[in-house]
Amino acid sequence: MKILVCISNVPDTTAKVSFNDNNTKFNSAGVQFIINPYDEVALTKALEIAEQNAGSTVTVINVGLSDAEPSIRKALAIGANDAVRINAEPIDAFFVAEQIAKYAKDNGFDLIFTGRESIDYNGGLVGNIVAEMLEMPSINLITSIQIDSNNATMERDIDGGKEKLSCALPLVVSAQQELAEPRIPNMRGIMAARTKPLTVIEPSTVNASTPTINFELPKPKAGVKLIPAEQAEQLIDLLHNEARVI
Amino acid sequence: MIVVFAENINGNFKKSTLEAVSYAANLAQSNSTSCVAVVLGNTDDSKNAELGKYGADKVVSIKSDKLNEFRAESYATAIASVASQQNATIIVLSNTSSGKSISGRIAAKLNAGVVSGVVSLPNTSNGFVVRKTVFSGKAFADVNITTPIKILAITPNTFDVKEFGKTASVENVEVTFNEKDFATTIENVSRVTGKISLTEAELVVSGGRGMKGPENWGIIEELASVLGAATACSKPVSDMDWRPHSEHVGQTGITIKPNLYIAIGISGAIQHLAGVSSSKVIVAINKDPEAPFFKAADYGIVGDAFDVLPKILEAAKKLKSATA
Ligand SMILES: Cc1cc2nc3c(=O)[nH]c(=O)nc-3n(C[C@H](O)[C@H](O)[C@H](O)COP(=O)(O)OP(=O)(O)OC[C@H]3O[C@@H](n4cnc5c(N)ncnc54)[C@H](O)[C@@H]3O)c2cc1C
Ligand SMILES: Nc1ncnc2c1ncn2[C@@H]1O[C@H](COP(=O)(O)O)[C@@H](O)[C@H]1O
Repeated sequence: MKILVCISNVPDTTAKVSFNDNNTKFNSAGVQFIINPYDEVALTKALEIAEQNAGSTVTVINVGLSDAEPSIRKALAIGANDAVRINAEPIDAFFVAEQIAKYAKDNGFDLIFTGRESIDYNGGLVGNIVAEMLEMPSINLITSIQIDSNNATMERDIDGGKEKLSCALPLVVSAQQELAEPRIPNMRGIMAARTKPLTVIEPSTVNASTPTINFELPKPKAGVKLIPAEQAEQLIDLLHNEARVI
Repeated sequence: MIVVFAENINGNFKKSTLEAVSYAANLAQSNSTSCVAVVLGNTDDSKNAELGKYGADKVVSIKSDKLNEFRAESYATAIASVASQQNATIIVLSNTSSGKSISGRIAAKLNAGVVSGVVSLPNTSNGFVVRKTVFSGKAFADVNITTPIKILAITPNTFDVKEFGKTASVENVEVTFNEKDFATTIENVSRVTGKISLTEAELVVSGGRGMKGPENWGIIEELASVLGAATACSKPVSDMDWRPHSEHVGQTGITIKPNLYIAIGISGAIQHLAGVSSSKVIVAINKDPEAPFFKAADYGIVGDAFDVLPKILEAAKKLKSATA
């Protein structure tokens, strides 16, 4: 089985968010970048599936510039067989999806994983656009997946509940947090990653349909109003009469 | 024309759907055009007509047993084809779990620019610019949609449900599906009934590791039930299986935007705040005066949750019986 995992390179979850160039660019000074946490979960699940199905391979793909390579190498160290980087700034979801879909079409995959969403852009869009371009079904927010020859059985989160469903491969799925416990690369993996293939491909040209024109930080809170613990019941009165939320 | 997807669950419209219809009607008004709501599955037309109240001029209903089950593929086909029939220039959806899985597919079908997590009406003074949340609520981005057809997936709990008091006509139409649209088999759906869903909840009571153990959640549930709130928790709490994963909020959990978020025994780590900081009013209850949550809160109580909560619960019960 051939599995493709889409990985996005994102600021660490503790990163302080700020912008420069007149609020048009994310200020990456001093910020550490990581594999998008959901994509790491997806990668782990992909590796588990590959281990259970002899002869399988796991390829990771990233649309990004060379600064994404540490994250790509980390994915190889965790266990992916090979990696592809489409050498372009990821301008928007449509652009990224178009690049991934083209690569997937040319190379044929049975299962394509994305994360639920990227923690920087929070689009949750790339996987579904890829699926539509490849005319494959897409199942979002899966919390489990079992592959039985050519068939996948999955559970997914829906609004207010869960759903169990099955589908023949090929298929695009997006990973929810509890799909797998991310793996930490070991020394052998890190050594092996140095020699695993990382192919760089030039992008096909697509115009951005949703360019970001500027960013803004939320207004800071006015400050907390403290209520003495002994008079905690006052909270309800304040929420009712002052904040008017209950 | 503005087309809005009016998601139903067993024939009923959720609040997030009504928000989307009102949003679309608002847009239709400012564009001097009309608002068409799409309803999928076997629904009741008199109920569908009620969408007029929230701003729909017309409801297009596609009735089919197969559409009683949600599949991103068939739903995207249906909505895209109605949008084409109606010459829609803007398609509105609510950014719910299902909305998220179809908006990208419709975008690819119609070559439309799509933005999810929208928190503003479009600004058309220079292009077509909408605001969305990025960095898990730590910032906003203003995005310009440059394609002729535009898709907006709006954030639940952001826009008001408005009463337009129109009467909507209902039109039943048929759509041609592709066999591939029904490739998945839905084996079983389980929805928690009688519980308020976290993404839609206006009030949320949430507990962290400071609650010490799952056996102490009774008072959180009771407070939530008295207030009519949903319950949530921090990541470690669901990791330890004190609470279900579906309650985990934050950067790697659910992002919520209620009117009121009460955080009890939660430190306020940046990854937790990422999922809740857009809440209108935040209350932090923590025994540590240095807990970072107090920096993000509107109201705070420095104290032991086990002393403080009974007092709050008592007051909440009193308020509810006085206003009942
Ligand atoms: C990649 C990544 C992603 C993450 N994503 C998320 C996420 O999505 N959501 C999330 O929540 N976390 C997330 N985390 C974890 C986050 O960093 C924190 O570890 C977590 O939020 C802490 O949970 P907590 O506040 O419940 O526990 P703690 O940090 O242990 O805090 C417990 C708090 O309770 C207080 N307390 C203790 N006893 C009492 C008492 N009797 N009465 C009142 N207060 C009391 C303490 O003072 C303390 O402030 C993530 C971490 C990483 C690295
Ligand atoms: N630049 C990228 N390169 C590869 N995959 C990506 C990229 N951006 C997003 N993805 C994938 O698409 C998912 C959803 O991203 P988004 O639509 O940005 O929220 C992510 O979890 C990744 O799996």
